[in-house]
Amino acid sequence: MEKIGAVLVIGGGIAGIQSSIDLADSGYKIYLAESTTSIGGVMSQLDKTFPTNDCAICILAPKLVETGRHENIDILINSSIEKIEGEPGNFKVDLIQRTLRLDQNKCTGCGLCAQQCPIEAIDFFNEKLSNKAAISVKFPQAVPLVFSIDKDKCIGCGICKGICKAKAIDYELQNKEINLNVGAVVLAIGFDEYDPTPLKQFGYGKYLNVITSIEFERILSASGPHSGLIIRPSDGIIPKKIAFLNCIGSRDRKQGNNYCSSVCCMYTTKEAVIAKEHMNIIDPTIFTMDIRAYGKDFDKYIERAKDEYGIRYIRRRISSIKEIPDSKNLKVYYETGKGKIIEEIFNLVVLSVGMQPNQKAKELAQKLNIQLNEYGFCKTDTFTPVETSRPGIYVCGAFATPKDIPETVIEASAAAGCVNVLLSEARNKLVTKKELPEELDVSDQPPRIGVFICHCGINIGGVVDVPNVVEYVKTLPDVVYAEHNLYTCSADTQTNIKEKIEKNQLNRVIVASCTPRTHEALFQATIREVGLNKYLFEMVNIRDQCSWVHMHEPEKATAKSKDLLRMSVAKASQLIPLQEQEIAVIDKGLIIGGGVSGMSAALNLASQGYDVYLIEKEDSLGGIARNLYRTLENDNIQEYLKNLIKNIENNQLIQVFKNAQINSISGYIGNFSTNVSYGNNNKSADLDHGIIVVATGAKEYQPKEYNFGQDPRIITQTQFEKDLFTTDKVKGLKSIVMVQCVGSRNEDHPYCSRICCSEAIKNALKAKEINPNIEIVILYRDIRTYGFKEKYYNLARDKKVIFVRFDETKPPELKIKNKQVKIIVNNPDLGKIEINPDLIVLSTGLVAPIKENEELAKMLKVPLNEDKFFLEAHVKLRPIDFATDGIYLCGSAHSPKDLRESIAQSNGAAAQAVKILSAEKLVTSGLVAVVIEENCIGCGSCVEVCQFNAIELIEKERTFEDFSMRTMKSHINPALCKGCGTCGAQCPNSTIIIKHFGFEQINAMISALLVQS
Amino acid sequence: MSKSKKKLSKKDFHPNILCFCCNWCSYAGADLAGVSRFQYPPTIRIVRVMCSGRVDPAFILEAFKDGIDGVIVTGCHIGDCHYLKGNEFARDRFERFQEVLKIFNLDKRFRLEWVSASEGKRFAEVITEFTNKIKKLGPLFAT
Ligand code: FES
Repeated sequence: MEKIGAVLVIGGGIAGIQSSIDLADSGYKIYLAESTTSIGGVMSQLDKTFPTNDCAICILAPKLVETGRHENIDILINSSIEKIEGEPGNFKVDLIQRTLRLDQNKCTGCGLCAQQCPIEAIDFFNEKLSNKAAISVKFPQAVPLVFSIDKDKCIGCGICKGICKAKAIDYELQNKEINLNVGAVVLAIGFDEYDPTPLKQFGYGKYLNVITSIEFERILSASGPHSGLIIRPSDGIIPKKIAFLNCIGSRDRKQGNNYCSSVCCMYTTKEAVIAKEHMNIIDPTIFTMDIRAYGKDFDKYIERAKDEYGIRYIRRRISSIKEIPDSKNLKVYYETGKGKIIEEIFNLVVLSVGMQPNQKAKELAQKLNIQLNEYGFCKTDTFTPVETSRPGIYVCGAFATPKDIPETVIEASAAAGCVNVLLSEARNKLVTKKELPEELDVSDQPPRIGVFICHCGINIGGVVDVPNVVEYVKTLPDVVYAEHNLYTCSADTQTNIKEKIEKNQLNRVIVASCTPRTHEALFQATIREVGLNKYLFEMVNIRDQCSWVHMHEPEKATAKSKDLLRMSVAKASQLIPLQEQEIAVIDKGLIIGGGVSGMSAALNLASQGYDVYLIEKEDSLGGIARNLYRTLENDNIQEYLKNLIKNIENNQLIQVFKNAQINSISGYIGNFSTNVSYGNNNKSADLDHGIIVVATGAKEYQPKEYNFGQDPRIITQTQFEKDLFTTDKVKGLKSIVMVQCVGSRNEDHPYCSRICCSEAIKNALKAKEINPNIEIVILYRDIRTYGFKEKYYNLARDKKVIFVRFDETKPPELKIKNKQVKIIVNNPDLGKIEINPDLIVLSTGLVAPIKENEELAKMLKVPLNEDKFFLEAHVKLRPIDFATDGIYLCGSAHSPKDLRESIAQSNGAAAQAVKILSAEKLVTSGLVAVVIEENCIGCGSCVEVCQFNAIELIEKERTFEDFSMRTMKSHINPALCKGCGTCGAQCPNSTIIIKHFGFEQINAMISALLVQS
Repeated sequence: MSKSKKKLSKKDFHPNILCFCCNWCSYAGADLAGVSRFQYPPTIRIVRVMCSGRVDPAFILEAFKDGIDGVIVTGCHIGDCHYLKGNEFARDRFERFQEVLKIFNLDKRFRLEWVSASEGKRFAEVITEFTNKIKKLGPLFAT
C-alpha cells in the first residue's frame, strides 16, 4: 500500500505542538486534533516553569503562534477521534468536530460578543476560580483565536448574533465529520490532574481554603482570577502561612495511585518560590516524603529555595486536616519520627496533586486498539519508548509516563523521529510552500516607525507605566504610530500589527516586550507577511531589562523603558532592508559517541537513507551500557545492545570510526567538515556533513570515599551488578549495605545522577531473588524512583530491603576494626545505627568527562553547564538543540539519563537533524559584513580576524582618467560570513559595513541615550 | 532636543551607563538576570551586538563625548565566543584602547567583562559593582 505523507497528531499540548512542528518542518502535512477550543494544553495554564522560573506563556506563545501560522499544520479544534482503519503508512481516520455554534473561519476573535453576553459561565481555564461569558475564548493567547458558545449555559438570546460584524454566529451549526488519510498517528493526549475529593482527610471541596496546586498555579498567574494577587478563597485575605502537601494521589498504595507523578516535588517548590516572590510576607512550608529533584540542575533549585527564599521542608506525610470554624484556618496534623503528633495552623493548604491518565485514555485506547499499562497510561517498552502496541501509532508526553515539560518535548521530537523512519519515502508529497507577498521597496521612503509595547500580562505592566511610555514614544521623531497590547505576541496581535502597518504605511516596526532571543523571529515573520523586509524590525527588551530587574523602582523602570525605546527608535530610523542567500546542504550526518544514544540516532538517520559517520573514541561500540545487564524493569540490556551493534555494523550507510579522535571541526549548518584520526594505525579522514549530533555520554564516578579501591569488600554498584549477573558470589553473603549519593549531590558534584536509586533497587531485588535470606540495607538521602519506577521501590520494601535515611551533613561513616567493616549511619529519627555488613556497595553517580567535553565544546563552539555537561539552547523548550544551528544533543551528554530516556532523546535529535538533511537548501542570514571597496586600503586586518575564512584580498584594477592601477581589495563571501562584526571593528579605515549593526545604527543609539525626555 | 550636561552633586548622582552585550552569552545572561529577578541598579542601557568583537573603540569615544558616565562591554568568556575568537580580538583591542583612555583620565570609566548565558547573577553583580564605581567617580562632566 502506498505510504501517505500526512500525520495525525492527537492532543494540542506542548507534546502535540512539538511533534507537529518537527514533522511539518520535515516535509509532512500535519493534522493536529485538539479536544478543546485551543492548543496549548496544561502548559498554557502554568504561571512559571522550573528550574529557571521562565514565564510559561512567554515561552509557549511563540510556539502556539508558530503552529497556528505553519502552512503545513491544520489545527482541528474541538474534535475527537471516532474510528481508525488501515495499516502503518496508510490509515483512514474519522473524526468528529463538535460545533462551536459559530463559524470558525468567519470569527475574527474581536471579542465584542463576549462583552455583550448577559450570561455567565464557568471559566475552566482558570480552574473554576472565576467566571466568564457564555461565549468566550479559552484564554487570551488562544490559537486559533476563535470564540465558542457554552451550549449548556447559552439561553439563545441572540445578542451576540446581532452584534457580530463578521456574521460568524450560527446557533444551528451541527457537528462535522472529518475523514483523513494519514500515514501515522501520534498520541499526545497528556494527563488529568488527580481529583483529591475522595481523600476525605484533607477536606478538599469541604474546606474553602484547601485548594489544588493547579488552582494555586492559576492564582499565581498574572492572567489568573486575581491578576496574580495571592488571596485565599474564604475571605480574600493574603495567606501568610501556606502549607504545600506533596504526593496527593501519588505514591499512595491505599487510596491514590501507586506511582510517582515525577513533577510535583519541583512544581511545589516553584509555586512556593513564586508565592514568596510575589509577596515576601508569605511563609511557605512543604510537607514531603522525599525531595525528588532528579533532573538537570534541579537540586540547585531546591537549595536556592531553601537558602535564598527560606522555604521550609518537613519530611512528613500529613495524616489529616481540620478547619477552624471561625477563622477558616486549617489545622494540619503530622507525626514526628518519635511518634509524637504535632499540630500546626496554616492560612491556606495547597494539595500538590499528581498526574493520572487522561479520562479519555480508555475510550481512545479501545478505538485505536492500543494497549494501556497497569496504571492506565499508554503501554510502551524501554527500548521503544515512543511506540504504542500498534505499529504506526506513536505516543509522547505524559500519556506514556508522568513527566515534566523538557522530557515531554524530547519525547515529542522522538515520536517525530520515529514517524520519519516510517514515512520518509512519502516526505514532501503533501506539503505546500508558504506564499509570501512580494517585498515592498521602501528604500526611498522616509522612515515611518510603528511601535507596539507589551504589558506581558502584568509582567511588564505591573511595574512599568506602559500607557505613559506609549504617549512618550509618540513624541519621538519618525514615530507615526504607537500602541500597547496585553500580549504583543498573541495571534490576534499579529493580525493587528499587520493591519496597523498597512493602515499607517509603516516601514519600520518596533516591539517593546521581552527578549529578541525568543521572539524576534515571530515578529519578523509577521511584518514580512505584509511585504516588509524582516530586517526593518527592532525589539526592545523592557521585561528582562526593566520590569523584572527593577521590580521595586517602578518610576525608574518606566524612565529606563523610555530611554531604551528612544534609542531603538533612533536605530530604527537608520535601518535598511537586507537580502538573504541560499546555501546547499550536505545530506550526511556526523554522530559523536558510539553508545546507545549515538547508535540509536545513527540508525534513525540511516534508515531514512542518510549517510552517517559514527565516531567512537574506544575500540568497541556500546558505551556505558556494556557494563549493564538488566534494567529495573528486567529488560535484557546485553541482548538489546548486541542487536543494536549488529544493526549498526551491518548498515551500509553507517561508517563507524573506532579508536577515533576528532582533531578539528569547521563549517556551519549544512556544510560541516571534520577531521578525525582513527584506528590502531592512526589513519586520518576528512568528513563532510550537514549536521552534528553530540552523544558523548557520561562516565561513572570513581569514588575517593569509603576506602574504595583498598578493600575488596567495598565495591561500586556497577561491579556489584556484574557479580550478580555473572557469578554466584551473592549466595555466600549474609548482609549488604548500599550507600547512595556517593560523589553526587555534594560540593564537587552538586547534582543528582538520577539513575543511582533505581540501580540500587534493581540490584537489591536481584540479590534477594538469588539469596532471599540476605539482609540488605540501603542508606539514602532521598529515594528518587520517579514515575513507574516507584513500583520497584515498593517491591523492595515488600521484600524486606531496609531503607535508612541520612542527612547530607551527616553521611554514613566507615570503620574497619579487626578486619571487620562497620558502617555507622545517623538517622534523623532513630539516631546512630551500626551495621556490620559483608559487602558495602557504593552507588556512584555519573560525571561528565570534563577534559573531553571541554575540548569538544571548544571545537563545536557550544557551551557546557557548571557541571560540565553540554548546555542546550533552552532548558524547557529546546532540550535537544544547541544555540548554534545544526548541532544537536542527546543522552547523558546532556545530563544523566536512563536507557529509555537516552533512546528517546536520540530519536529526537535525529528528528531535528532531519529537518536540515531533508531540506534542499537553507537560507542564510542577511546579517553579514560588506566592504566599501573604494575606501579599502587592502591592509588585510579583516582577513586576519575572520575565523570563518569568509574574507579574501582580491587584486582589482582601478582606472582613472589617464592611468590605471592595481590594488588589493578585501572581499567578503556572504555565504560564509556569520555577521559577528569583528572585522568591522578591526578595520582601520572603518570601511566595512556590519549590516544591521553598522556605525549609523549604533551611533544613533548612543547619541539617543542621553537626550532627555 | 538638547543634551543633558547638567552638573549633579555626587549624592543624587544617577549615572548613565552604556552597556554592550553580545547576543549569545552576555545578552542571555542579562535575560537570565531578568528571569531570575536578580535586581540591579537601573543605570545601564543595553545595546545588543552580535559579538563583543563588533564593539569599535569609536563607539566608546562617542559615548564619552556625549557625556555618558561609564561604558561596559560584555561578551562570552574567553573560549566561548559564538564566533570563536571575537572576544579575544575585543580584549586585545581594548587593552590597547585603555592606554588611550588613560590619557584622558577615562580609563576607570570603561570596563570589559565576560558573562555567560548561565550567569544571570553575575551579570547583576557586575552591573551593581560597576555602577557603584562610577558613582564614586561622579558625573563625567564634573570631573
Ligand atoms: S559572541 Fe559573545 S563574545 Fe563573541
